[in-house]
Amino acid sequence: MSAPFFKFGLFGNEVSLIVAFIIGIGFGFFLERAGFGSARKLAAQFYFRDMAVFKVMFTAIITAMLGLFYFSWLGWVDLSLVYLTPTFIWADLAGGLILGIGFVIGGYCPGTSGVACATGKMDGYVFVLGLFFGIFAFGEAFPWIAGFFNAAPMGQITLPQLLDIPYGVLVFFVVLIALGGFLLAEKIEKYFAQKDAGKAL
Amino acid sequence: MDPTIDTLSVPKTETNKKVKVKAAQPYWNPYLSGFGLGLVLLAAFVIMGRGLGASGAFSTVVASGVNAIAPHHASGNAFYEGYLGDGTTSPFKSWLVFEVLGLIIGGFISGALAGRIKKTTEKSEHISFKMRYVYAFFGGALMGIGAKLARGCTSGQALTGGALLNVGSWIFMLMVFAGAYGAAYFVRRQWL
Repeated sequence: MSAPFFKFGLFGNEVSLIVAFIIGIGFGFFLERAGFGSARKLAAQFYFRDMAVFKVMFTAIITAMLGLFYFSWLGWVDLSLVYLTPTFIWADLAGGLILGIGFVIGGYCPGTSGVACATGKMDGYVFVLGLFFGIFAFGEAFPWIAGFFNAAPMGQITLPQLLDIPYGVLVFFVVLIALGGFLLAEKIEKYFAQKDAGKAL
Repeated sequence: MDPTIDTLSVPKTETNKKVKVKAAQPYWNPYLSGFGLGLVLLAAFVIMGRGLGASGAFSTVVASGVNAIAPHHASGNAFYEGYLGDGTTSPFKSWLVFEVLGLIIGGFISGALAGRIKKTTEKSEHISFKMRYVYAFFGGALMGIGAKLARGCTSGQALTGGALLNVGSWIFMLMVFAGAYGAAYFVRRQWL
């Protein structure tokens, strides 16, 4: 088996758009199943009331990570052909921080706002308008911030490469961290549920 | 009148006229949803050699809008140009645009099957609708700026790059949680 299929020329650009549409349906379906069309459900993560954002995200990450690890180990997938966004430390740091602040204020992220709109959330539509405005503001300011945007380029680099740790060992550690995180998340939810119940009495 | 519906338990108010009696189903277990999401991401890796994304499709819409109104302005800007392509094909014929169209359909299918399609606004009872919309717009704008600065959002960076053990994505992900937890206190009345 030679994968990624698209990179090995199994189908062309036109078919790739159909693939995009079908993958998108799966993406939106599971986001909605998880409750991520609801801003209150998403925001509850940041008040320790509902840790679903963390649980869903890290379950998805370790599922895809383990799948890709085994497929590449078996020689089915050529990992070097899977696109990796290049690392720019300052832009990643600042962008993540601004996005995180925007997440708890706005209640959605770009993907979940699409699901919110599809399920009738009016604040989701307003969020999307804000999103368009923010991207436009970024585009207009781009000539002035391009220097910062492109500062400290590290190229396409993975944690195993950076830390000089074997791929499989790092995969194992990430799984351990995620499992520890899940246990902690369950405990945190219980603690705050009891605390809130105490307050109500 | 459907005899199976207990009319006494449904208050006869204006707002209840159009509300379906069928209650919305609970959400799936987060680990099950996450596993499904992980399989979709894995499928994107194996079939396409790329991960999922979202903010890029919104950028295509913005860049095309700017290009329609002020083409010279757009072509002189490296950020917009990146989304407009070489002009031989429509910028809307891009992978992320089709993926996000699918995402909207997929979200609708799941919501419809679970009885969760409903016109509402998500907020606590402590703030007005107007304030919620101000927050939604402002938060969305910050989200747009942050996602473009970081070359991706929660989908393209955190989820995709997280699974690929991408250095920049893990930096990004830690900062998203730091930013959101750090700012949470100041907007708590909106949610709690």
